[in-house]
Amino acid sequence: MTRSRHLLGHLYMAAFLIYMFVPLIIMAGAAFNDNRLPSVYPWKGFTWRWFQELFADTTLWVSFANTLWVAVAVVVIAVPIGTAAAILINSIAGKVRGFLYGVMVAPILMPGVVIGISTLLFWNSMGNVTGSDFILFNPGLHLSVLGQVSFIASFVMLLVLARLQSFDPGLEEAAMDLGASNSQVLRRILLPHLYPAIAAGAAIAFFQSIENFNTTLFTRGTQNTLTVYVFSKVRSGITPTINALALLMIIATLIAAIWYEVARRRKERRLAALERAQD
Amino acid sequence: MSELLRRYGPGLTLIFVLLTAFWLLMLVILPNITLFEASFRPYLPVTEIGGPRDVYSLNNYAKFLNNAVPASYFGIDVQIPVHLKTFLATVTYSGVVTIVCFLLSYPLAYYLAKVVNPKSLPTLILLLSIPLWVSEALRAFAWYIILTFNGPLNAVLVGLGVLEAPVRWQNGVMTPYDGIMIGLTYTYVLFMLFPIYGAIQSLDRNQIEAAEDLGARWWQIHWRVVLPHSRPGIASGCVMVFMLSAGSLLVPTVLPSTSSNWFTETIRQWMLESQDWNTGAAYSFLYILLCSVVVMVVMWLFRVKLNEIAK
Amino acid sequence: MGAGIELEDVICDFGSFRAVDRVNVTVKEGEFFSFLGPSGCGKTTILRMISGFTDPTGGVIRIGGKDMKGTRPNQRPTALIFQNLALFPLMSVADNIAFGLSVRGVDKSKCRTRADELLKLVDLPGAGDKLVSQLSGGQKQRVAIARALAVEPAVMLLDEPLSALDLKLRQHMRAELRSIQKRTGVTFIYITHDQGEALAMSDRVGVMSHGQLQQVADPREIYNQPTNGFVASFVGENNIFAGKLGAVSNGIAAFSTPHGQFRARLADGVARDETLKLYVRPEYTILSPDPGAENSLPVRVTEVSFEGNFISVHAISDSGANVAAEIRNDGAVTVPAVGATLHATFAAESAALLPDETRA
Repeated sequence: MTRSRHLLGHLYMAAFLIYMFVPLIIMAGAAFNDNRLPSVYPWKGFTWRWFQELFADTTLWVSFANTLWVAVAVVVIAVPIGTAAAILINSIAGKVRGFLYGVMVAPILMPGVVIGISTLLFWNSMGNVTGSDFILFNPGLHLSVLGQVSFIASFVMLLVLARLQSFDPGLEEAAMDLGASNSQVLRRILLPHLYPAIAAGAAIAFFQSIENFNTTLFTRGTQNTLTVYVFSKVRSGITPTINALALLMIIATLIAAIWYEVARRRKERRLAALERAQD
Repeated sequence: MSELLRRYGPGLTLIFVLLTAFWLLMLVILPNITLFEASFRPYLPVTEIGGPRDVYSLNNYAKFLNNAVPASYFGIDVQIPVHLKTFLATVTYSGVVTIVCFLLSYPLAYYLAKVVNPKSLPTLILLLSIPLWVSEALRAFAWYIILTFNGPLNAVLVGLGVLEAPVRWQNGVMTPYDGIMIGLTYTYVLFMLFPIYGAIQSLDRNQIEAAEDLGARWWQIHWRVVLPHSRPGIASGCVMVFMLSAGSLLVPTVLPSTSSNWFTETIRQWMLESQDWNTGAAYSFLYILLCSVVVMVVMWLFRVKLNEIAK
Repeated sequence: MGAGIELEDVICDFGSFRAVDRVNVTVKEGEFFSFLGPSGCGKTTILRMISGFTDPTGGVIRIGGKDMKGTRPNQRPTALIFQNLALFPLMSVADNIAFGLSVRGVDKSKCRTRADELLKLVDLPGAGDKLVSQLSGGQKQRVAIARALAVEPAVMLLDEPLSALDLKLRQHMRAELRSIQKRTGVTFIYITHDQGEALAMSDRVGVMSHGQLQQVADPREIYNQPTNGFVASFVGENNIFAGKLGAVSNGIAAFSTPHGQFRARLADGVARDETLKLYVRPEYTILSPDPGAENSLPVRVTEVSFEGNFISVHAISDSGANVAAEIRNDGAVTVPAVGATLHATFAAESAALLPDETRA
């Protein structure tokens, strides 16, 4: 009885993986189809030309560079903010904590469209109020960065806060007792403990930023990021260059995933060896 | 605050407070106040801003109730404002997507948490998360390719003799929103899977075995033990999937039918096509209200707190 | 070299709760001083006030004659050994030990040399490159001590550092701590609820209860001449009788109890009030077939347990008093049988009339 149900589980797992991957495979396959419309069917022959067109598309590469710049800026701003907010909220208690926590988590639940619009309106109205034409107040990718930071910092905060729960504040006292200054305590005791969460936060911030569309669309002004560019391509008439791009992204993801998996297995083996050595 | 000072001294405390204040004030609270304020003001040319016509009113919200169009609910034909109709469709079909995602995810979450060999678990999780790293626009686009009239789905189904003639999937078989729902489900199902998996994983296997030992049937175990335990995960997944679906702008634009309208598209039209930011703000505010109501209803339904969802 | 510590009228309140209540004590340079008391008596708060993590609500703390008010923990000449040791889990043993030096800007190679020296001192040579998680409980203990010694503190503060160790190791570490203290000449302030630990290691012991210091004296005096009932019963066992004070002559008082008339020591200066009780230790209580000349109580043996070096006997009198006695095992002793009727007697000089704990 249990075994047949387990078998059912394995089958479902397999079906789900097929469900997840078949669309990606079809999309990747269309990158090689010599057909003006992106499709794997009907198959009109193998071609590399969509890749050639892709590499010739300068707007795309500009968008790609913009995306990376925005992502880096988001990481640089959101990680310190999220970490500081987590440390702050971890050291306070009571009603204030509950309120602050609510405000800090709210941006995650807020639709990206609304975040984009409110960011645009706020900085624009700052420009109107100050009567200044300062670049910060006009739409542009810098506003996309600020809009994205507003909710990406929440993710970083939650990750760091979770990690803080496993921190023994006695270690801070021990360090201080041994003569460390406040900044030495932070740098040498607390931050090393938080690094895994901070690194995870930075990775999530980076990818959330690259993925972001809703907030960016309203704040970007006339500049493009990759998702916005892909979106406009999809709307205005598609050629399989998009598929070529998709395939490159999938390959990049796969390489990263395989690299991660190999590293994980190696680490696992090393730990197992260490345990055996201790016994 | 005194604990913060004691632990990190005045200099660092100041830095922490400033960073947090910049975030919460300049990036969260003030923009939302601006949004709220702007939503009551008329859309005017720049020269007239602050002028005699720049007064507060509910006009922007009133637009939500303009332009009645025919619609049919439960077989009853009614006249309903077009934006309200879009709004209701967005809520309804996001709800359907949420339920479908739950039904797809729960068995898999249980399988991952309690059935699968723990050794292969990290590999499976990694495999499952690969699609997450591929851009949302492209994931929706993949389904655009699959569902096109001359696409592989029709080719396979006709080839197998399941269908006699190709079907216009994108125009919807059951509703005009079929394509959008398929795209949303594919794009967001993992946001349901992972929180439920996390919740079930924390369930002590002994509880399941004890229930089995006491003679509970498999469905009773799920209904009485596993489901109640995974409540926070389910709530979290439902909130995430609903928010992401209702808030999606990419998927409805990539996979539309001739008569589908998503509320985010309406907002985008006000903002970017009409350039009427004030009405855009009013609609955004209505949208925040909707989201808050959904979060609260889910929290109440599942009897969970905000910090359980935020995990 | 060590420094002396003075606590003058030190008070610490947490909200409406007074954790430390006007404590006055002077710890001498190079002394091994223990604060002994049950949990919640305020001893850990005293330690945290000396190290600077908690500010006293009132009073003065001086280290080496200098008022410590406003001096932050990282500037005090103290080193605290935490109850859970608080070793830095992400650093190697050597980095842990040299932490205090490296934050003072000492260069890497000197740090390492000093860490290795200290590892030798605490009998862990060559362990510098290990991770903290690879050490046993006793080894961690030594690393914590080495880490504290590295900053050459004038005062070492130890917060029940042995409580997590098993019995054998605990006894070994007692001797170790004592010898490190003698070698380095550093003033040790030791916090414990274990009377054995306090008595065995300390030059002097301060017994605490409810935030107040009950008695400060050397271990022998604490045990033999407790100044009140709390000290007497917290440090060692007692048979206790309540009663009324009678005539006093030459320091010996008559004391009438529901179980009979007794005579016991009454020290000068003890308030002669209602709270006086008679305390006599089980090892001074003798069980014999014949009634003694004084302080004699007929009892029936209820429980006998053989402890090895002594035999512990519990008995009850006709009047309902529980009496414990300890008989030294000299190899030829007769063990009383359960149910036997005997007389419990004790000398007046070995019994004391004491008030309850001192409360201001």
